[in-house]
Amino acid sequence: MTTPNAFTLAEAREALKEKRLSSRELTEAMIAAMAASRPLNAFVTETPEKALAMAADSDARIARGEGRALEGLPLAIKDLFCTRGVRTTAGSRILENFVPPYESTVTQNLWDAGAVMLGKTNMDEFAMGSSNETSYFGPVENPWRAEGSNKKLVPGGSSGGSATAVAADLCLAATGTDTGGSIRQPAAVTGIVGLKPTYGRCSRWGIVAFASSLDQAGPMTKTVRDAAILLGAMASVDPMDATSVDMPVPDYEAGLEAGVKGMRIGIPKEYRIDGAPPEIDALWHKGAEWLKAQGAEIVEVSLPHTKYALPAYYIVAPAEASSNLARYDGVRYGHRAAGAKDITDLYEKSRGEGFGKEVRRRILIGTYVLSAGYYDAYYSRAQKLRTLIARDFAQAFEQCDALLTPATPGPAFAIGEKTADPVSMYLNDVFTVTVNLAGLPGISVPAGLTKEGLPLGLQVIGKAFDEAGVLRVGRALEVAADFKAKPAAWWGA
Amino acid sequence: MSVDKDTVRRIAKLARIALEEERVEPMVNELNQILHWVEQLGEVEVAGIEPLTSVVAQRLKMREDEVTAGGDAEAVTANAPQREDDYFVVPKVVE
Repeated sequence: MTTPNAFTLAEAREALKEKRLSSRELTEAMIAAMAASRPLNAFVTETPEKALAMAADSDARIARGEGRALEGLPLAIKDLFCTRGVRTTAGSRILENFVPPYESTVTQNLWDAGAVMLGKTNMDEFAMGSSNETSYFGPVENPWRAEGSNKKLVPGGSSGGSATAVAADLCLAATGTDTGGSIRQPAAVTGIVGLKPTYGRCSRWGIVAFASSLDQAGPMTKTVRDAAILLGAMASVDPMDATSVDMPVPDYEAGLEAGVKGMRIGIPKEYRIDGAPPEIDALWHKGAEWLKAQGAEIVEVSLPHTKYALPAYYIVAPAEASSNLARYDGVRYGHRAAGAKDITDLYEKSRGEGFGKEVRRRILIGTYVLSAGYYDAYYSRAQKLRTLIARDFAQAFEQCDALLTPATPGPAFAIGEKTADPVSMYLNDVFTVTVNLAGLPGISVPAGLTKEGLPLGLQVIGKAFDEAGVLRVGRALEVAADFKAKPAAWWGA
Repeated sequence: MSVDKDTVRRIAKLARIALEEERVEPMVNELNQILHWVEQLGEVEVAGIEPLTSVVAQRLKMREDEVTAGGDAEAVTANAPQREDDYFVVPKVVE
């Protein structure tokens, strides 16, 4: 039997249902793995006592025959989701001691489905980063290392702690959030599945806001089926989030194995970028061949404004962030600087001390592009580009049912390798960010290894609210790729 | 367009973020690097294009205008760095 840590969500659900294992045993195994994994720095806060109490409640429910969809299944929660009574930091010093008096809708949905919380995962500060190196609580390490190398690699970001926790078998699955690629990019470079749902599918209430028109929560899991299970529990319409959609949540597992026969899969030619390693292109080509072999028709499509997505994002997202982060004032909650001489000084010192380098940089960019005289040249133009990018997708979807692209421009890189140059760091999201700007669903599925033995992912992009279609194509890729590799547990699990 | 040291000091003031004097120059360089990079958006003809303000075609929902939460000063002030009874405490703002 596989150790319980290596279980998928679906396998653990089965084992609990058949009473081969209790939630307590499963949760204890995860707590032990979590404690042994501290060199990875995947968790900001571990909640073992809460986990055991939740597991005991689940075991009692299972014994009474009252198990719910995720009954007794231990999950890790990105530290961007507010959890009642459990410190929620957003990876920032400014929220270092913030204990929310309320629960985010997504996590409440998970607890209502019976899930068990193991702890809160590390992340880039306020989700601003592509490598998990901007966290106030230190970088997270990727459990994967290149063959024959001890070099520490980043797990991607911003949901890097969640990605590492899933890849290192410290939990069955985790939640993430994705503003420009923060679920799919870390999933790809840690060899797991990450799904960003359509904007509006999951409630944003109680998730610390970064860029409100782009932020969306989603599952990070070991398999495509697990992503379907977890998304089904996370998604809901919510009176607390006016942008959450009033559409029934389908049974995402039901159509998972329907296959891609007769589907038309678009290959956007603009995603072939200069300077990308040949392995990325080769894997992408292989992915198209896999789908073709299963009966899909491959069509070349064009998304002409692709190259403008990332620069447009780096106007829109900082602009929204500068507004959202105005709430951190050192007065109502969060860090307050000592020795302020007046209220303005209090704001400036508290924010100067509480925000890290990348967050300060983005707030300043956002403030600048929204300031008088520059609004039209930057913000308004970027929002118009967004219209063109969304239109590109709409036109492409007249010719195909889903798109296949690489997930990232390369495998995991070394800690410290890209921190000096913000633009080169931003380029890690080149294949994922378009999807956020257009509000579409996208999944990253592990598809192969580089010759150094590091995971790479492929991305499937779907029409708005066609998560079921995205999962179905993702499952077809998963079947063909048969990705079984696991990182060597060098950290002493 | 590019920013200079005075502009950086001005936007830091607008954003209410203390920026140490030795951080101003590096910030000028970092912001200019990013601004220079986003300037490629200028290549695109956007005349007649509406800005995208909502990715999902839906009307904002209406609800009854009634109080649904509140009356819990303890929870609201629980995370305050400095409080007195049910009040947030700040440096004196009125002379």
